[in-house]
This record gives sequence, structure tokens and C-alpha cells, in this order.
Amino acid sequence: MTPETKTITITLKVWRQKGPGAKGKLETIQVKDISTHMSFLEMLDVVNEDLAKNGKEPIEFDNDCREGICGMCGAVVNGIAHGPKKGMTLCQLHMRKFNDGDTIIVEPWRARAFPVIKDLIVDRSALDKIIQSGGYVSVNVGGSPDGNAIPVPQEIAEKAMDAAACIGCGACVAACPNASAMLFISAKVSQLALLPQGKPEAAKRVLEMLRKMDECDFGNCSNERECEAVCPKEISITHIARLNREYFKAGFFSEFK
Amino acid sequence: MQPDAKIPGGPIQEKWDRHRFELKLVNPANKRKFKIIVVGTGLAGSSASASLAELGYFVKTFCIQDSPRRAHSIAAQGGINAAKNYQNDGDSIWRLFYDTVKGGDFRSREANIYRLSQLSENIIDQCVAQGVPFARDYGGLLANRSFGGAQVSRTFYARGQTGQQLLLGAYSSLSRQIADGKVQMVPRREMTDIVVINGQARGIVVRNLITGEHESHEADAVVLATGGYGNVFYLSTNATSCNVEACFKAYKKGAFFANPCYTQIHPTCIPHSGDYQSKLTLMSESLRNDGRVWVPAHSGDTRRPHDIPESERNYYLENKYPSFGNLVPRDVASLNAKDQCDAGYGVGPTGYAVYLDFADAIHRDGKEVIQKKYGNLFDMYENITGEDPYKTPMMIYPASHYTMGGLWVDYNLMSTIPGLFVLGEANFSDHGANRLGASALMQGLADGYFIIPYTIGGYLAGNSLPDVNTSHPAFKEAIGESQNRIEKLLSIRGNRTADDIHRELGQIMRHYCGMARNENGLNKSIQLIRNLRDEFWQNLLVPGSDKDYNLSLQKAGRVDAFLEFGELLAIDALARKESCGGHFNEAYQTEEGEAKRDDENFCHVSAWEYKGYGQKPEFHMEPLVFENVELTQRSYK
Repeated sequence: MTPETKTITITLKVWRQKGPGAKGKLETIQVKDISTHMSFLEMLDVVNEDLAKNGKEPIEFDNDCREGICGMCGAVVNGIAHGPKKGMTLCQLHMRKFNDGDTIIVEPWRARAFPVIKDLIVDRSALDKIIQSGGYVSVNVGGSPDGNAIPVPQEIAEKAMDAAACIGCGACVAACPNASAMLFISAKVSQLALLPQGKPEAAKRVLEMLRKMDECDFGNCSNERECEAVCPKEISITHIARLNREYFKAGFFSEFK
Repeated sequence: MQPDAKIPGGPIQEKWDRHRFELKLVNPANKRKFKIIVVGTGLAGSSASASLAELGYFVKTFCIQDSPRRAHSIAAQGGINAAKNYQNDGDSIWRLFYDTVKGGDFRSREANIYRLSQLSENIIDQCVAQGVPFARDYGGLLANRSFGGAQVSRTFYARGQTGQQLLLGAYSSLSRQIADGKVQMVPRREMTDIVVINGQARGIVVRNLITGEHESHEADAVVLATGGYGNVFYLSTNATSCNVEACFKAYKKGAFFANPCYTQIHPTCIPHSGDYQSKLTLMSESLRNDGRVWVPAHSGDTRRPHDIPESERNYYLENKYPSFGNLVPRDVASLNAKDQCDAGYGVGPTGYAVYLDFADAIHRDGKEVIQKKYGNLFDMYENITGEDPYKTPMMIYPASHYTMGGLWVDYNLMSTIPGLFVLGEANFSDHGANRLGASALMQGLADGYFIIPYTIGGYLAGNSLPDVNTSHPAFKEAIGESQNRIEKLLSIRGNRTADDIHRELGQIMRHYCGMARNENGLNKSIQLIRNLRDEFWQNLLVPGSDKDYNLSLQKAGRVDAFLEFGELLAIDALARKESCGGHFNEAYQTEEGEAKRDDENFCHVSAWEYKGYGQKPEFHMEPLVFENVELTQRSYK
């Protein structure tokens, strides 16, 4: 019933870097008897268990939920952020996507705004800083009106949800030749600009978030569409178009500068 | 000593109102002088941090991940309950209250649940105001669905990502407070100890996971929102970093641990496939709204599901429980799946799986409708198993998912250590012996947004809190203990990694302390856990050092805690000589194989007090009093 399980042998070339200032390099590891039912991260677990038993340091990589929603994991696999399968995080990639004898190159997200901490782990706190600059609706707990007080057309709610699905993994930044965080920002700007609850602060939000993006050393958007191609939640660049609209609207018509 | 739950007097509808009035208030100008530590940034921790900061307190918030947005609340799929009665189908605060008490198999506190049901309405309003994109009907109003164990539609949802959207809502509120300087956010830290000075929780010691250094942080009160202990089973639907260490440290410092044997096994997970497996993936139980659960009527039937005619299928939930059918509560659905598989009717390569079939729903509503409702879940299933659930029935099997037990707290959510509050899954208070679907999100947010902001004020205003700073010897002592342990862990240099030992612990726990338990097995598990603990301290292998990022070292610390905690779970299960909800002791069942409670002797909370390493913990009892709901045998027939 379950599709056939087989085992494969692969050559792993994986980025090893001791710490933030250290020089890194690709290390080659031969990996045998990998069940094609394993997830990519489970394959790394098996490799790490072996490394540890042979007196070596395991490959450090961020991961948590292992079901594609927390946004903690991620690496560039054979040049593609989160690996070859579309619309999916690294933890959801399974080894059945690879063939016996494949060489797999694994690198961390590379962007000036994401310094490497160790091996495949990078510091993505810049994304949190961008949200802190305006990715919210300013409501305190307590005085909210009834949930049904403001109707939201279903189509709008659905579009907002498309944008809100962003998991903040940073793949868009890693894939962008400019290391721009535009897709990430546009997802939040778009979600909150679509919903009536987000409208009062729309102008301030888009201006502040973009300002923060520049400040955090992210590049700008030049419509390469690489972000959309690797986004595990398949967030569309139409959200960037909406962000641009919000940006011009804010620049031309808003009191807020 | 009987722990005092401090439940306010008066009729149940008025208890919370009255209590809020009776709680002392902190003068608004004084709030900023109080420093509160929050550990954990799931729904409970994020919402607590944000709302306490909004009130003016200075908050320091810690999380283990790189960002507060990663906490495992994010993985909750199905939805959040609220007694809004938007669907006009007979829901009310009382009905949500009643359903939750009954669903918990009458092992939870009436007063807590009533408050939870009241607050459920405010949660939805708050989340909508934050911009949470809940599903809407065509007219633009909020949509609802019915969810495991409920006969009314009271579950609000955002596709199959409700937990994510609610968490991101709380995270956005938290982010606003961080930007305002009201919350100092400290990520990538693990809590290594609680610091108790003069009997009050006055701070924590954490380890910076990047540099390996210990840090001390003082406070006027400490809030733990560090989630549940489901990973004691190794394979569970929890995230890999979910652990019991912070709660267990609090337990060792004097906080009672309540009902550790109440664990929830979720009926709809993707079955286990191999030894390398690191986690089990949950498929939202909303799938049971449209999917039909069945097994072949003849044991050992290895035909493909399509080839098995209707007459040779056993839709066992529909047959056994005609009025609830596939929507029976989680514990009932899980236990029935186990029974079918134990009796040889299971399917799949291991024989430990049952079918969840959408053929009828697709035929009735069309593929498009089903895709809209469950598309992401179907995709997830196909990706993991390599099978297309639009064409072939899904295979599912129960897995550890949620833990109802936790640190004992009173009505104020304060543990037996004054000044130590515990929220969300980390506490024990609201779900009794079994949690209903879509109630965890409700509880986490009720605790964080609407309960702790009041009750912590009552504590801070009503107690004298002498000045404390991190030069106090208690901090140095806590750091010393943690460093000693780390040195010990690193110096063993044996042959087995923490993962390897954790895997073995999981096998013991699943086999003897899982879905069904018995006295012999539980006694045996205690012996096996003790042996494994010896093995751990003699044969552990932790590669690397404690001077930089070292996940293996973090895992070793967590497994150390699980190895002690597992025994506590078994001890609690042994002491509860009845079956109720998620605790099923084979010796106590009805003729039909349902859990049989013993209300005369076990209508209580078991709260355990730590008595030293390897010593039997001391039992304390909090009797449960039911004044509003009549205790009945749960029946979903």
C-alpha cells in the first residue's frame, strides 16, 4: 500500500562554519543506506548520529515543528532554498525526491542581513525587527468590538489569509539576488491593508517597514521573482504589487511621512 | 497538605466577576516598577507578555527558538472554540462549559471552565481586531464549523492554520510592545532554573544557546508558559524542542505537578513508518467531519481499500456510536482505533493504521469543496506518504498530542510557589482527563490575554516583595548547579546519543504508559526507566562543547528531565485506580470497553510534591466538587 521503500546512497557536501566570524567550507560526507521514506532532516539526524559516534561534531541546523509551519528550518539545497520541491519547507522535503548516487550540496541562507551563527544556522532577527517596526494593528486587549461588528467580504478574507500564511522562514531573502525582504514585508502589509482592521495604520506601516528593511541591510526588489518560486507557502508577488500601491498611496496622499 | 484552589464563592456565573473585583489593583503609576519574567512565547506566553506590557508592567520574555513566532502553538490546525452562538444552533456559555466538563470526564474544575467559556467570546473579538484572517461566510460574517465532540458549530478557524494565525496575532501584539521598549525579548535561551528567594519566585537562570553562557534575571513574578510534556513519548506531534525541563525545574523547586498521567493521544495522525522517524504528523481532526473511519471487516484483509466492498468494511465508530459517529471525542476515537488494530483489523505495512475515507464526501460535495476545506492537509499527507488522499483513503493512527496534566495552579493560575504563575498547556487546570478539540487555543489565549493580567496584579499588590538583584547567592547557586550538570553530561563520553536514549524512553512510555495501561506494565515501566536513567549517566555521548551552539547538549539536558519525569507519570498513573479520559487502565472499564470512573474515590486532582532524586514524591489531593454539572457516565452512543 505504501509506495515502495528503497535505500539510496548519497554524497553530501555541507557547509561547516564554527561560528559567526569563522571561515566556513563545504565538507564532503558519504551517506549510505538512506531510506527514501525519510525526510531531509531525518537524513541529517542519521548523519549527525554517525558523526557523533565517530567523535565529530554534528551539523547544526535549525528545526522545530517538522511539519512545515514554524518557519524555523531552511537551507539552500543544490542551489534552491528549501530544496527542489515547490511549495514546501526543508523539513517536508523527503528523500524519495533524490536518486541513488546523487550529490547534494547544502548551504545556509546567504544574505548580509542573516549572519551565520554556526553551520546551517543563521540569525534572522532582522525579520522580527521589521515586524516590530509596524507589522501589527495597534489594539490593546480589552476594548475590541464584537467579532462580527465589521463584515469582511469572504474574497478579501481569503486574500488576506493567502498573505498571512507567511511563516517567516527567510527563504525569499536567501533566493533573492539582492537579498531583499520584499516578499516577507509585502505579505504582512498586504494582509493588513486588505482587512478593515489594518487600514487606519496602513500608510505608516508600509513606510516604516520598508525603512526598517533598508536599515537592516536587506537589498531592494528588482522583480526577479525568485522569492515567489521558493516560498514554501507559495506567496505570490502580487502582494509586492499591493505593497507598491500602498507605498505610493502613503507617499502621495498620507499625512504620515 | 491540601492545596487550596482559592475558588471564589457565589454562583458559578458570578465567580470571575466577583473575583476580579476582590483582587487588589496595582496603581497604574506603579506598574512600571514591577518586572515580570515570561518564559515561552506560544499563545499563552506571547499573549501574556503583550497584555502585561500593555498594562504598563516591565516584561522580560524568553524563548528557546530564534524568534517568538516559532512556538509550537503555531502548528495547531483546526480551530478555536467560542460560545458566540453566531450559528443560532443552541450554543451558550453554559453549553460550552458543560461540554468541556463532560469532555474532560469530570476531572477538571467547574469554576475554571466556566470562566474559560465566558472568556471565549472576548478572545474572538480580540483576535479579529488584531487582523487575524478568520474564515468568513459570503455575507462577510465569521464562519464556524463543528469540531470533535461538539454538536454545535462553535469553532472559528483560519483554513487549516488557525494556531498559526492566532500565534502571529499574539506575536504582532508582542512585537508592538517590544518596539515600545515595554517588553525585552530574549530569544535562543533555555531556562535552567527558577530562583526562589524567601519562598517567592524571584527570577530565573537561563543559558544563552549561542554562547553557552549562563545569565541571571531577577523579577517580581515569573510566568511559565513552556508547553506540555508530550515528547516524553519521543514520537509525538510536538515540535522537536518541546520539553518538560522548565516545568520540571519548577517542580524540583517546590511547585506541585498535577495529573501527569493525563495525556491525550490524538486519533488522526500519519502512522509510524521507521526507526529514524523523528516525529509524527497530525492531520487536523476537522477531517473527521467529512472523512469516514473504517477497517476491513475481516482481519488480515490485505486487499487495496478500493477492492474491499462496502459490505466488508466496518465503519466501527458509526456503528458503535450512532449519534456522534466519527465525531466522538479524541480519547474514544483513539482507543477504538487501537482496539481494532490490536484485534488484527489494522491496515498498512505495520498493521497499526485505520482508514479515513473521503470518497463519500467527494462524491457528495465534489472535489472542489473538499479541496477548499482540507486542501493543505491533503497536500501534506501526500507529500509525507507519497499517496493521494483524493483517490486512496488516508491511513491514520493515534499519536501523543497534548498533555492535560501540568504544574498545579490555583484559580489565579499561581503554582504552589508564590509568584510563580503557569499558563497554557504547562498548567493542568482546565481540561481534566481529556481535552476537547479547539479548546487548547482557547485556553492559552484566555490565560494570557484575560486572566493573568488581573491575577498577577492581585499578587503584586497583595504581597511584600523586598528588593532582589542578581548578585543574590541564590542565582549563583542555580548557575553553579547547572554548570555542574553540564560538565557531568559532557564528561561521560559514552556510546549513546541523547536521541538514542530518548527513543528508548519513548518506546517504554508508549508501550506501558500510552493509550492503555495496567498495573503490571506501569510497575515494569518504572523499573525500566530507572535502568535507562543509569544507562544515561554512564553511557551518554554528548559531542562538542558548552561554549557555542550545541543542540546535542540541549537535548541531553531535556532527556535528563524526561527520564525523571517519565517515572512521575507512571507513578501518577498507578495511583489513579480508575479509568478516565486519556488515562485508561485496563482493569477499570465498562462491559463495552469504555473508561470506568470511580467518582467515590478518585474525583480529585493528584498533585505531587518533589522529595529528592530517586525518592517517591509526596501525594496531595485537591478534591473536585461538582455543584453545577451532574456526574454521569460519558456516552456518545
